[in-house]
Amino acid sequence: MTLDAADLLARTRDLLAAHPPGATAPADFLRARFDAGLAWVHYPQGLGGLGAPRTLQAVVDGELEAAGAPDNDPRRIGIGLGMAAPTILAYGTEEQKHRFLRPLWLGEEVWCQLFSEPGAGSDLAALGTRAVLDEEAGEWVVDGQKVWTSSAHTARWAILIARTDPTVPKHRGITYFLCDMHAPGVEVRPLRQITGEAEFNEVFLTGVRIPDAHRLGAVGEGWAVARTTLMNERVSIGGMRLPREGGMIAPVAAAWRERPGLRTHALHQRLLGLWVEAEVARLTGERLRQQLAAGQPGPEGSGMKLTFARLNQEISGLEVELLGEEGLVYEDWTMRRPETVDFTGRDAGYRYLRAKGNSIEGGTSEILLNIVAERVLGLPAEPRDDKDTPWKDLAR
Amino acid sequence: MTALPPRPGHPAPRAPIDLLYSGTEDELRAAVRSLLADCCEPAAVLARAETGRPHDPQLWHTLAAGIGAAGLLVPEKLGGAGAGHREAAVVLEELGRAVAPVPYLTGSVLATEILLACACDGPEAADLVRELAVGRLVCVPALPLTLAPGAPLPAPLHDAGGGVLSGTVTSVADAVAADVLLVLADTGLHAVPADRAVLHPVVPLDLTRPLATVTLEAAAGTRLADPATARAAVAGALLSGAGLLASEQLGLAEWCLTETVAYLRGRHQFNRPVGSFQALKHRLAQLWLDVASARAAARAAADALATAAPDAPLTVAVAQAHCSGVAVRAAEECVQLHGGIGMTWEHPAHLYLKRAKADSLALGTAGHHRGLVADFAELPAP
Repeated sequence: MTLDAADLLARTRDLLAAHPPGATAPADFLRARFDAGLAWVHYPQGLGGLGAPRTLQAVVDGELEAAGAPDNDPRRIGIGLGMAAPTILAYGTEEQKHRFLRPLWLGEEVWCQLFSEPGAGSDLAALGTRAVLDEEAGEWVVDGQKVWTSSAHTARWAILIARTDPTVPKHRGITYFLCDMHAPGVEVRPLRQITGEAEFNEVFLTGVRIPDAHRLGAVGEGWAVARTTLMNERVSIGGMRLPREGGMIAPVAAAWRERPGLRTHALHQRLLGLWVEAEVARLTGERLRQQLAAGQPGPEGSGMKLTFARLNQEISGLEVELLGEEGLVYEDWTMRRPETVDFTGRDAGYRYLRAKGNSIEGGTSEILLNIVAERVLGLPAEPRDDKDTPWKDLAR
Repeated sequence: MTALPPRPGHPAPRAPIDLLYSGTEDELRAAVRSLLADCCEPAAVLARAETGRPHDPQLWHTLAAGIGAAGLLVPEKLGGAGAGHREAAVVLEELGRAVAPVPYLTGSVLATEILLACACDGPEAADLVRELAVGRLVCVPALPLTLAPGAPLPAPLHDAGGGVLSGTVTSVADAVAADVLLVLADTGLHAVPADRAVLHPVVPLDLTRPLATVTLEAAAGTRLADPATARAAVAGALLSGAGLLASEQLGLAEWCLTETVAYLRGRHQFNRPVGSFQALKHRLAQLWLDVASARAAARAAADALATAAPDAPLTVAVAQAHCSGVAVRAAEECVQLHGGIGMTWEHPAHLYLKRAKADSLALGTAGHHRGLVADFAELPAP
């Protein structure tokens, strides 16, 4: 039997009746919600879900939000929710799913992602972190360096890809692991970036031992597993829902209205152009959501991240200029390690600099344009010679 | 990301906005596309355009009466299909995709909207709408194609008394195909049989939408509405026209993208398919993004018009500010990426480029519509 919206609404109301948010500790409420299958309704029973259609999650979320129920701080645990969980669900053993999904969703265990390396960014499959099996101990021994790791300093677990066979071409010979961030040999160093903050980390892995039970998917099949993770990352980056004049355009429009002294004709034309583009991007995202809800997923999702990256950069650039002398001032270069990225609570200069990452993180715009061109438009791939060459023979 | 709360006087988006295509709309699209595939292929469009009489009366008859496209905006009680702007938008997408030389935007959208708004003033307008809805006659507004919503209306023609009109209107689209012209005079809106007007066709940039200077020399017409009703009717029609033109621009851009992608997949240079070069792939991927966003903007405008949403003027201005640029860019990329072939007369790319560029002036330029956005969104000029 497939559950419908009415069933989920009834179950949500039962949960609220049994655990009134006002009289229940947030953690207790979240545990009850997970156990009632209302965490991810499309997940199986016993793993936070009910096997219901994914689109009906909105029914549950809307009802809980209206009732003032606590959430699990999704921004803080976004990597776990958006990347680790769907991958573990797709590829994990029953034991792994039961061990990891509940604390992940509750926010008791924060996750980070150990994919990118200094020598393997957009060419992620070229990664060089090695994992060698110690057959006697039934453990893998991992050595290498990862970079651009959000939340590594707060994370309890990491999803990790490492090379387990350097003699085969680069997309083969990769294996996917669940790595304990508290294991000996894991060292996390802040990576200070263009904004002055260290929102990301470098992670050095030296003789880190990972039990074979924490391998996700088959040995050498890690690239297929990683693709599941990356697809979910892009969906979550491009999928935010905005009201009209939401997002980066909001503070610029507000400054324009409130401070007539800043206005010039040239800035006006740019502002209007970007206001229109932001509204069109909002409508495009809305249309994509309507397609998904109607069960007709379109390829537009691949494009939303590209659009928002470009818009955020242009809008924040305009904002710095609009502010005139104030645009010359930066709020604070002190090195900090924020838990989440805050785009709207900060100054224009910060937004301008941070937005530079939007076209790099989660797949550079150049790579995403290739994906659109090849998978959506069906254009041929560029000739390449790395697909059949053993990884150890590639130029690095 | 957090959002600003709605501002006073700042139009809030409507709650249910439907940006998809319904099953009925898909069926309508299939019917129109199939007709155009049979009767309106590019070589035939070009051949007719070269005769100076681009309109194909047989095609128009099948589209207007056979498929019932002419009466989509007309209520059933006036003999129409009682559909709406969403359906008319789908027809326009297909007409844009075929650069079809038919008086649909001028007759079935602009003239129809004007007459519907005047139909309560007297039976004459209602009678005309009935004829128009079933494709028995073609009626177009005697207004410049560049006239934009929100812009001042041109000086009305002079009525010497009793509906005897004199004056000149330039850049009237599809006048050469019209049986009746709708004329804005100082005494209101008049219907003038086209054979009582003197038409001077001009050589149009867009070969598929002919233009003429219309001169009335004491031509007798029938008064349909008083000046205030007439002006309001024209203003409303210009809003609808601009909103639905976005769908024509979308269809045109889709054709350009599809054709260009197909060409680059098959064309080989340097011993590779041209479409495998990253520089070209990125351009096409960006164009695809533009077309996908134009689709959302055009659908939003059609839906806003169909539901008479309070923010329809803003949604239409956004759609026009965006879609006219996308159509021109798509057509320009189509010409460039076809290489030398794109510069030839025999390849249809030029028909699309000319339509796209002319469309970017029709019913207000993108710059004009951005100015309207400034008003609606309260982002005033310095």
